[in-house]
Amino acid sequence: MEWLTPLVAPFIVLNAIIGIVTYVTLLERKFAARMQSRVGPYRVGPHGLLQPIADAIKLMMKEDVVPTAVDRPVYNLAPIVFLVPCMLIFATIPFAPGLGVADLNIGILFFLAVSAMEIVGLFMAGWGSNNKYALLSAMRAVNQVISYDLPFIFSALVPVLLAGSLRLSDIAAAQAGLWFVFYPVVGQLAFIAFIVSTVAAENRAPFDILEAESELVAGFRVEYSGMKFAIIQLAEYAHVVGASFLGALLFLGAWAGPGPEWLGPGWFLLKAMFVFLLVTWVRWSFVRIRVDQILALSWKVLLPATLVLLIAAAIVVVWRGTPGV
Amino acid sequence: MSTAAPATRVDLEYTGSERLTMNMGPQHPSAHGVFRAILTLEGEQVVGIDTVIGYLHRCHEKLAETLTYAQYPSIASKTDYVAAMTSEFAYVRAAETIGKIEVPKRGQYLRVLAAELQRVASHLLWLGTWCLDMGGALGGGATIFLYCIRERELILDLFESLVGARLLYGFYQVGGVRYDLPPLWADTCRRTVDLIDQRIGEYERMLEDNPFFLARTQGVGVVSRELAQEVGISGPLVRGSGVAYDLRRTEPYSSYEDFDFRVPVEPGGDCFARYRVRMVEFRESLRIVRQVLDGLPEGPISSRPGLKSVAQVRIPKGEAYARVEGARGEVGCYLVADGSAKPYRMKWRGASFSNLAILPHVIPGHKVADVVAIMGSVDPVFGEVDR
Amino acid sequence: MTSDQARTLIAERFPGAQTAGDAPMAVTVPVDAWARFARFAKETLGCWFFSFLTAVDWKDEGLEVVAKIDNVDERLSLLVKARLGPGASACPSLSGVYRGAIWMERECYDMFGIRFEGHPDLRRILLGDDWEGYPLLKSYPMDAPHPPFR
Repeated sequence: MEWLTPLVAPFIVLNAIIGIVTYVTLLERKFAARMQSRVGPYRVGPHGLLQPIADAIKLMMKEDVVPTAVDRPVYNLAPIVFLVPCMLIFATIPFAPGLGVADLNIGILFFLAVSAMEIVGLFMAGWGSNNKYALLSAMRAVNQVISYDLPFIFSALVPVLLAGSLRLSDIAAAQAGLWFVFYPVVGQLAFIAFIVSTVAAENRAPFDILEAESELVAGFRVEYSGMKFAIIQLAEYAHVVGASFLGALLFLGAWAGPGPEWLGPGWFLLKAMFVFLLVTWVRWSFVRIRVDQILALSWKVLLPATLVLLIAAAIVVVWRGTPGV
Repeated sequence: MSTAAPATRVDLEYTGSERLTMNMGPQHPSAHGVFRAILTLEGEQVVGIDTVIGYLHRCHEKLAETLTYAQYPSIASKTDYVAAMTSEFAYVRAAETIGKIEVPKRGQYLRVLAAELQRVASHLLWLGTWCLDMGGALGGGATIFLYCIRERELILDLFESLVGARLLYGFYQVGGVRYDLPPLWADTCRRTVDLIDQRIGEYERMLEDNPFFLARTQGVGVVSRELAQEVGISGPLVRGSGVAYDLRRTEPYSSYEDFDFRVPVEPGGDCFARYRVRMVEFRESLRIVRQVLDGLPEGPISSRPGLKSVAQVRIPKGEAYARVEGARGEVGCYLVADGSAKPYRMKWRGASFSNLAILPHVIPGHKVADVVAIMGSVDPVFGEVDR
Repeated sequence: MTSDQARTLIAERFPGAQTAGDAPMAVTVPVDAWARFARFAKETLGCWFFSFLTAVDWKDEGLEVVAKIDNVDERLSLLVKARLGPGASACPSLSGVYRGAIWMERECYDMFGIRFEGHPDLRRILLGDDWEGYPLLKSYPMDAPHPPFR
């Protein structure tokens, strides 16, 4: 039965992630509704608890409209190409000590590399749709994702320096004494930079210029409907949830928390949802900024700041002699 | 609705980059109705714009020639359906000017009351939709939008208990107004006004302490004083360009001279200046409402009580142009009467029509994202543009 | 500038013009002086605010063009009119004087068929390009269906 393990673990994780991602949409909608003095989904199930399932069923049953002028192979492939990296990022995340698909010794590198690949799917969707809005959106996507992946990576590398390992479980274990978010100065600044670049790299408002429904209608997914649209949505949310897990792991001590050890994954999930709600909170309180302003913010502010932060972290580590807290 | 080859398209110098023609509208999330802007883009930069209007044309001017002076006011509200009170106001004033019909003092005060509440409601809808344009339906803009709608609802409730309708009222009639205040209405109105006053302060803090909002509005869509004067824009737009032009002050009508209020003027000319003007106008309108409620005289509300038959309004031969300061600027009605029961000719001067004409002069040179911000700051209502 | 001063100035410069009333003062000018008068009103009388431009169809007497301009600062308000004459439909354009006239004249052309000479972009604005006839003319039948919505 040994040969089954590499199959069973991904299967369980994949399904758990899809479940979490589905319900994260409900969480966001309820949270946003409260911010806007609304109730949010309420009719399907108690307190709207079955709403995500109803949405999923609706999207699956919808007609799949394919415009005649699209570049069919690219158009049809784009949602899958978009989804795969967004799901793959969960592969290296340990949900508890020893509980994960693959605890690679270069875990974080794998995460960042795969996460940056979503841009391929995005651009395919925008290009293949043969729509001017989608094309503009795809152009913006390339600009933005490339600009913000750098600060995202640099801020994620600060905990790596502090822990002295690229393996995600090592980074989590290194925070047993002190969560990196409480690490004096460097930790807090890195966390802030991480949140900002997460919001931007995940294309969430106020950085959602590639969706920008008030100018580009819905950007790269304007021509998608039905299940393909659902896949794109799923992938986007999966990416955000993945980044939230990474944030909880890098800065908030992962599974550390009071209570017995088997509560670890629960704590981890709770912290990830905390990061997710931070991102959501930003999303529902700011207006969108312009593409040139977004790029200026990245290259002129965030990138130099995270670089300085990284050097500062390196100096701290050298000065203390050993990595780790 | 003409789409023939545009000749007045304002183009910047051609720099040799590849150009893209993009349609914004007529079905577009931020078209504020049905408006089509044919943009010529160089990357993200707009280098040319042609505007197409007329999708909502309902022949109001021809229609007015077939309806009597008693009938048309309730149709007039359909020109600017966001601020229906002010368009009725302009029409009845024009008819009264030709017919030399007096309006009792209480009627005049009630007219002011309705017009100012309407201005607040209209500005609330503007603030919400403008932020929606900039912030997106799935972002911070939607938050402001829902807050504003919540407050606008309170004013619509007031109108509902006053008139019985929520959007198109038929409150004004030649000679006065149609309904008097119901019992306890004034108290409800005072409470609502206080609440809205407080809430507007909250929005102001939420927006002006927000660097992203400032980045999107400051220095964007600058309308210079000279351009503003030449195109003939009015209302908050022209006041945002440093011109103190407010009809309530320059030619007071309907007892506006009795009230103490300030006309806000901002010299900036950008979207932020227009926003500031409207934010001050909110407060000033609420102040006028309070003053009306405090000083409401007793007496009849109309010199033509229970206006039902055509014979009650006799308009002699003549012509008049009457204008009121609507939420979007000068709403005017040019009426030519030939002595019969119906006007010979009626011309609507919609504030949005003239205000929208500024777009081709302002937009080239801006980014695509600024187009919606500028258009939102102009606050067009297409019922009034196309009439 | 009071309306009396304005009246004197107008009488000096435009002997053919008739003035009547106050606030707004109605000024009837010959159609060939139409654009000249607008420039004079803007530069000499200080009427910078262009309110609207439209026309009235006086059936057999022909079309009359009406424009409303204001000197907001000194509260001088002019309603300028010009008769085009029976059967005529040509009028000088004000678009060189007031940029706000561009759309107003397009609308006037759309509704009355008046050809504004010197207008940079005279095409229909509210109705479709394929619309036949000019709806605000009194001769436009109201009870018959019209192309293109026959």
